[in-house]
Amino acid sequence: MGAIFRREMGAFFTSGIAYVFLAGFALFSGLFFSLNVVGSGISDMSPMFSSMFLIVVFLIPILTMRLLSEEKKNRTDQGLLTAPVSLTSIVLGKYFAALALFIIAESVVFIYSIIIALCGQVVWSTLLGNYFAMLFLGAAFIAIGLFISSLTENQMASAVIGIFVLFMLYLMDSLAVNIPVEFIQKALIAASFYSRYIELTRGVFDLSTIVYFISIAVLFNFFTVRVLDKRRWA
Amino acid sequence: MIEVKNLCKHYGDKKAVNDISFSVGKGEILGFLGPNGAGKSTTMNILTGYISSTSGQVLINGVDILENPIEAKSNIGYLPEIPPLYVDMTVDSYLNFMYDLKKCKLTRKAHLKEICDICKISHVRERLIRNLSKGYKQRVGLAQALINNPPVLILDEPTVGLDPSQIIEIRTLIKKLGKNHTVILSSHILPEIQAVCDRIIIVNKGVIAADGTAAEIANKLTNEHKMTVRIEGTKRTAEDKDEIVSALKAIDGVKYVRADMEREKGIYDYDIESDDAIDVRRAINSLCRNKGWNILMLQLSDMTLEDIFMKITTGTMEAIRTTDSDEKKNVLDDYSIGITGGMAADNGEDNEETEGGDE
Repeated sequence: MGAIFRREMGAFFTSGIAYVFLAGFALFSGLFFSLNVVGSGISDMSPMFSSMFLIVVFLIPILTMRLLSEEKKNRTDQGLLTAPVSLTSIVLGKYFAALALFIIAESVVFIYSIIIALCGQVVWSTLLGNYFAMLFLGAAFIAIGLFISSLTENQMASAVIGIFVLFMLYLMDSLAVNIPVEFIQKALIAASFYSRYIELTRGVFDLSTIVYFISIAVLFNFFTVRVLDKRRWA
Repeated sequence: MIEVKNLCKHYGDKKAVNDISFSVGKGEILGFLGPNGAGKSTTMNILTGYISSTSGQVLINGVDILENPIEAKSNIGYLPEIPPLYVDMTVDSYLNFMYDLKKCKLTRKAHLKEICDICKISHVRERLIRNLSKGYKQRVGLAQALINNPPVLILDEPTVGLDPSQIIEIRTLIKKLGKNHTVILSSHILPEIQAVCDRIIIVNKGVIAADGTAAEIANKLTNEHKMTVRIEGTKRTAEDKDEIVSALKAIDGVKYVRADMEREKGIYDYDIESDDAIDVRRAINSLCRNKGWNILMLQLSDMTLEDIFMKITTGTMEAIRTTDSDEKKNVLDDYSIGITGGMAADNGEDNEETEGGDE
């Protein structure tokens, strides 16, 4: 797992994806920070965090698109799958590499907190609550993105499908409202990523949301392992 | 070292590998020979655990590849058809990655240096794999297979894309490696297999068509008992022909004689076939001496491994069956030796070769 983690981290930077991701995250969070936080004259960064949901929807598939699709296309998966390592550690190595880069990108908010600290009071509990809400959201999204990457050989397809799926998750609440069948509506709202995430950024700490995001992450990593395993039997 | 039992791999209705069984001992270099699409790569991918078999068992060093894949895989170094190289890495960082991935316990620096020296890639270690030529990529692929010094090496067409001098280098290297590794090598290039391997398995359409050493296969299918002789009779006309044919047929051990074309004026070639065990060349010579005939030429039908391979793999067998019945029987008899599997059933009922079957 360590070897794959290190290689993926290196590959993020040599392929330039890391720079795109870090720059994109910094650009948009900076934009929202200056407009919605500094511009509104508040010290609470929650508005920025809620706006970042949609940005993450677009950025994470870029991070995960080539993780497994490129291995398959270049046949480098033969090297991995015939090495004495388990499928789980291959998948988790890649997953945690992406998650680590996400954490690095997200940690830019601590620079913003310094800016706030210079002219006001940082409410650390809200900031950390927001920070971890975004982290777990990212953890779930990355697992989904990695899973989609395992399904295709084409990284562009992987990115497009990823963005589509995450965008549908973003729209889930609005879609749910229009579904007349009550139990489906309730189920969709209960499963909604966006409303759960927004609740967290408003300072409502809900353990079930954290558990939900982690479960999604575990579940999709498991699916990814199954996809790799199943491919051997095809 | 490697034991393969009744291996099958089906893709839908297509049987890519159909009931292959063989075993390879320690220090043996096995050549896997077959035309494109014969199931070579599929078999190798199953051996290395990249894909699963539909049925059958693979034991690497006594460890089942499906039941205990990690332990089995740690005994294998695999060079797939397309080397699994990350083109965005330098040779050095790639080899270090594979070193970590294989959880190698040998001293990193010394081990990697040794491998780079063996594969002659020491001078390109700092270069990006993307910028290497095909030959160097192949060598880096070989180098990664050698990391952790696995007892079993599985090399799928290792010399593809190399120039002639590199091919010779790699062959020498494989021979050297074969001294303390078990090597399975696939190729559709015959001289390569002949030059490197102790033992050859010819696969065709997913089944083993022949198994043995190069000499064994060649000897079994190359028939010393099949020859072409040019005999000059006394009259030097067509009348000689019948006399010579009947006289030759009377020789003990001769199974079949056929007069061929008139090669020189009034002189004919005769295709002669005899029983396996009996060398009739001396008898023919003394016959001619007694009759006052002259042997102008005697040529054993020297079947090269290439001919055998072509015949086994290109469906010439089908063609043979439809030609004249005498010839068909004889040719099939020849092939029945050393050919196992599907072909065995096709030997005519009068199969005299006692050692038949598979060595």
